[in-house]
Amino acid sequence: MRKVYLDNNATTRMREEVLDAMMPFYKDVYGNASSIHQFGRRSRAAVDKARQDVARLIGASSPEEIIFTSGGTESDNFAVKGVAHALRSKGDHIITTSVEHSAVLNTCKALAKDGYKVTYLPVDGYGIVNIDDLKKAVTAKTILISIMYANNETGTVEPVAEIGALAKEKGICFHTDAVQAIGKIAFDVKSLPADLLSISAHKIYGPKGAGAIYVRKGTKIDAIMHGGHHEMNKRAGTENVGGIVGLGKAAELAAKEISGEPRKLMELRDYLYKGITSKIPHTRLNGHPEKRLPNTMNVGFKYLEGESIMLNLDMEGVAVSTGSACTSGTLEPSHVLTAMAIDAADAQGSIRFSLGRDNTKEDMDYVLSVLPPIIQRLREMSPLYEKGK
Amino acid sequence: MEGQYSDKVMEHFRNPRNVGEIADADGIGNVGNPVCGDIMRLYIKVDPKDEIITDAKFKTFGCGAAIATSSMVTELVKGKTIEEALKISNHAVAEALGGLPKIKMHCSVLAEQALVGAINDYLKKHGKPPIAKNFKDEHEA
Repeated sequence: MRKVYLDNNATTRMREEVLDAMMPFYKDVYGNASSIHQFGRRSRAAVDKARQDVARLIGASSPEEIIFTSGGTESDNFAVKGVAHALRSKGDHIITTSVEHSAVLNTCKALAKDGYKVTYLPVDGYGIVNIDDLKKAVTAKTILISIMYANNETGTVEPVAEIGALAKEKGICFHTDAVQAIGKIAFDVKSLPADLLSISAHKIYGPKGAGAIYVRKGTKIDAIMHGGHHEMNKRAGTENVGGIVGLGKAAELAAKEISGEPRKLMELRDYLYKGITSKIPHTRLNGHPEKRLPNTMNVGFKYLEGESIMLNLDMEGVAVSTGSACTSGTLEPSHVLTAMAIDAADAQGSIRFSLGRDNTKEDMDYVLSVLPPIIQRLREMSPLYEKGK
Repeated sequence: MEGQYSDKVMEHFRNPRNVGEIADADGIGNVGNPVCGDIMRLYIKVDPKDEIITDAKFKTFGCGAAIATSSMVTELVKGKTIEEALKISNHAVAEALGGLPKIKMHCSVLAEQALVGAINDYLKKHGKPPIAKNFKDEHEA
């Protein structure tokens, strides 16, 4: 059976070049990057090179602004907790949005338990925050604004440039979770006024368990991982050299391909969307039609629940994910779609298709051949369907 | 295996039994809501002579477990008297499916509620008092 992987926002297949770059660090090059002898120096050189590659991908002015972490979740935790702790004497107010990834949302919730005040900004029907809402939310006690670059479920891109400019004007630290945007949208932290930016390796065809955070020079942040003097005293723990090398290689390749790859994905995605909407009635696009990641498409299939669609596609070899939380351990519809004021029944029937570099037009044609009968069969089973006939 | 479906659940999900409506149903049970992601509608045909459920069909909006439990409950009730059918617990439905993931146990409750709803609808139509049954709240089990 044909296998079509359309869940690249969950994770990507590691590239051959990345694995090749990593392999020596699991075999012959095993020195601790903090050791001064030649074994250590070889590992150190590889970590340094990776730091430069990641810095180059996002346009950091110095590699020292890149701190390696265990991934996006740790980067988000570090940014939010690290700034909150460092600036506790200045204020106790954090502004974020209602559509953030759990790594930011639950970190904010944890801080709220410690006495911090958190404002969760609403979003419009496309999932975009309103800059005026942000302006109104700012108080003299606001110490951090954390707003994602692009949403993982819908792909909607937030107005991060405007947000960053406002934060800068008010002298408030600005963190953006750019885990989904990296490698899909070209940007440069020299012009984007973000002080902190989260990066994950496995979303850009790198290994799982490796990530980084950009920390603009001069940003006040406390370590959350205490121990040795690693990562410029910002993140203790022996460097995960293999993972870091993998992240570096993935970043190097992403930088090279940023001008062509996203466009290719967007064309494929739009081809799939056109096919779906021409073959299947009663669908809706969740997220902004243009201000959106080029690889992401969240489609609501009316009268249906997402998991049943997802499982049926899985039986046909197609991997997607559901916006409905059935898979993620809660029963409520996705918090992102709910924040966008999408009706609960419609939100339940939402499917995220997220494309990656391996996908072809043949993959899209295959999905277009198996999806319509699935939707039809499930709708015939749905008690909600007859009302909409 | 947390969160994974048994082979039996997948089999019923893939080939659900008794999908559809009964035009001249003797009882219809409607349960669930879209916020939780499950809506079940269960139809039964009852022979009034001996109160045996001769046919059952369903329509369900929901996840894999919701569809599988709907399918299973229709299989279980066919040929049973109303009295016997009322003894079918949500655990019996889940067990017949080889178990359900914890987070999906509420689907079996929904199936039981749909069945009781359909039976009560039948009883009401025949001027009989409805059956009160306590359901185990397994929503957040």
